[in-house]
Amino acid sequence: MAQRIDVKDVNIYYGDFRAVEGVSMTVDPKSVTAFIGPSGCGKSTFLRTLNRMHEVIPGAYVEGKVELEGVDLYGEDVDPVAVRRNIGMVFQRPNPFPTMSIRDNVLAGVKLNNRKISKSDAEDLVEASLRGANLWNEVKDRLDRPGSGLSGGQQQRLCIARAIAVKPQVVLMDEPCSALDPISTLAIEDLIQELKKDYTIVIVTHNMQQAARVSDRTAFFNIAGTGKPGRLIEMNDTATIFSSPAEKATEDYVSGRFG
Amino acid sequence: MTTTDSPPAPVAPVRRRRSSGDTERGFSRTFRWITTGAGALILATLAAVALFLIMRAWPAMTASEAELAAAVPRYPDDTSFIAYVGPLVFGTLLAAVLALLLATPVAMGIALFISHYAPRRLAQILGYLVDLLAAIPSVVYGLWGVAVLAPMLSPVWLWLNEWFGWFPLFAGDVSPTARTLATVAVVLAVMILPIITAVSREVFLQTPKLHEEAALALGATRWEMVRTAVLPFGRSGVISAAMLGLGRALGETMAVLMILSPGFLYSFKILQAAQQQTIAAYIALDFPEASGLAVNALIATGLALFVITLAVNMAARAIVARRKEFSGAN
Repeated sequence: MAQRIDVKDVNIYYGDFRAVEGVSMTVDPKSVTAFIGPSGCGKSTFLRTLNRMHEVIPGAYVEGKVELEGVDLYGEDVDPVAVRRNIGMVFQRPNPFPTMSIRDNVLAGVKLNNRKISKSDAEDLVEASLRGANLWNEVKDRLDRPGSGLSGGQQQRLCIARAIAVKPQVVLMDEPCSALDPISTLAIEDLIQELKKDYTIVIVTHNMQQAARVSDRTAFFNIAGTGKPGRLIEMNDTATIFSSPAEKATEDYVSGRFG
Repeated sequence: MTTTDSPPAPVAPVRRRRSSGDTERGFSRTFRWITTGAGALILATLAAVALFLIMRAWPAMTASEAELAAAVPRYPDDTSFIAYVGPLVFGTLLAAVLALLLATPVAMGIALFISHYAPRRLAQILGYLVDLLAAIPSVVYGLWGVAVLAPMLSPVWLWLNEWFGWFPLFAGDVSPTARTLATVAVVLAVMILPIITAVSREVFLQTPKLHEEAALALGATRWEMVRTAVLPFGRSGVISAAMLGLGRALGETMAVLMILSPGFLYSFKILQAAQQQTIAAYIALDFPEASGLAVNALIATGLALFVITLAVNMAARAIVARRKEFSGAN
C-alpha cells in the first residue's frame, strides 16, 4: 500500500509566472519525506503537483514528469481524479465537511468512489480509519455529531482518517500542524510515525524541529529572491541535512541564520 | 495570638457598569440614533400596514353573508366569508408554488454554472443577463405572456393534456387561448428566476475553498465536489432565495391580471380556463369598481395575502435554522 514517487525535471507555473523550476527527486515508499524552506519557496506548490491539485487553480500548470511506480501522473490518458484517489492529502487548516457527521466525513471519500459499501463494512471502516488516526477513543460515542464540533487537533486527525479511509498509496501533508497547539501537534507527529508503516508520507513544514523529529529524508527548497522561481537546493537523509549539509544555504537555514 | 475566626470579608467587587452610551461622543451617538431609528422604522411600517389591513378588513369579516352577497360583486351565494376567500388563497398558492417548482431547479443550474463551471468572462456576461431579467417591468411580462408565450405554449398544454390527462393538474378541457394558470406559472417562474439565481450564485461563490479542495483531494469529480462541498454549504441560502422568489410570485399582480382568465374554484386543472384567481390580481381587477363593504372585502383578501407571506417567511427561517449546527457557519 505504499509506492515510490519519482519526480523528473518539474517546472510549475501560475499562468506566466514560473513558481518552481527544475525539481527532480525520489520519494521512498514507507518513509516520511519532509520539505522545508522559507515562505514562498514553492514547497507547498510542489507538494500540490504530486497529486495534481495544483492545476485546480485557474491558469496553473505543470511541466515535467511525476511518476508513481513508473506511471507518469501527467500522462495523456491519466485522469486527475484517479490520481487524487491514489494520493491523499491533508491540508494546513483542518477542513472536515461541516455539514457531515464524523462518520460521514470518514466515509466521504469511499462514497465518492461510487463503491456500494454494506452497513457493517462501513462501520468497520469508520472504526479502522479512526483508530488509524488515533481518534477512535475520543469520538466513538459521538459519531453522529458534526465534525466541525471537534477541537482543531481532533479535526485534523479526522481529516487524516478521511484521507486514509480510501486506502491511498501516498499521503501528502501540507503543514498539517501549523494551526494546532503543541499537544495536538505531538499527537499528529506520533500518528505520522505509525502511518509510515503503511503509507508513503510527504510533509511540508515550517518547523525545522518537526522535520527533524518526524522525517527520514528532508528536502530543502529556496528562492533566490522575490519573483524568482523556487528550487530544490538539497535533499538527503534528515540527519545529514541537519548536521552536515552540502550546501551553504541549507546550513544557514537549518541553523536559523535566515528564514 | 489574635484570633480572627472569620475569614477575611470578601471585598465587594466594584460595580462599574457603564452603559455603552456613556462612552459615545458626538457623531457616534448621533449615528447610533440614526441606525436605531432606521430599525424602528421597519417595525413601525410593518405594524402600520398590519393595523390598516385588520381595521379595514374587520367590517367585511364580521358582516353577514347576505350583506356581503349584496355588496360584493362575484360573491358566491349562501357562503361564509372563509368560503369566499378560500379559493383565492388556493389559486394564489397554486400559482406561486408551481412557479417556484419550475424556477428553482433552473435557477440553481444557472447559479452553479456561473459560479463553478463557466469561464470567467462568460460567467460575468451571464450574470448581467440574469440581472437584466429582473429589470423588466411586470406589465411587459404580462404583454409577452399574452401575445407570445400563450400561443407558443398552447400546443404543449394540448400534448400534456392528451398524454398526461390522468394527472389532476393536466386534466380538464384545455383552453385554446392558453390564458390559464399553467401559462401564468411559467411567466411567474421567469419573473422570479433572477432573484433566486442571484442569491444562489452569491451563496455558491462563498463556498470555502478549503472544503472544495478537501473534496477534490479525495478524488471528487467536479460534480461530486459540488455535491459534497458546494450544495450542502449553500443549502440554507438557496432556501432563502427560493422563499424570496415565492414572496414575489405570491404578490405578483400585473402579469397574472393580464394573462389569466379568472375563476373562483378550488381547481387543480391548470390547463382549463376560468378555474382559479390570485388574490393580488383579484384586488387589482375589482378595486376600481368597488365601494363600501366591497372595499372592505377586498382588503380582507389582502390581509389573507399578508398572512400567507408572513407564514412563508417564518417557515423558511424555521427550515434554515433547523440544521444550524451542520450548516458550516461555525
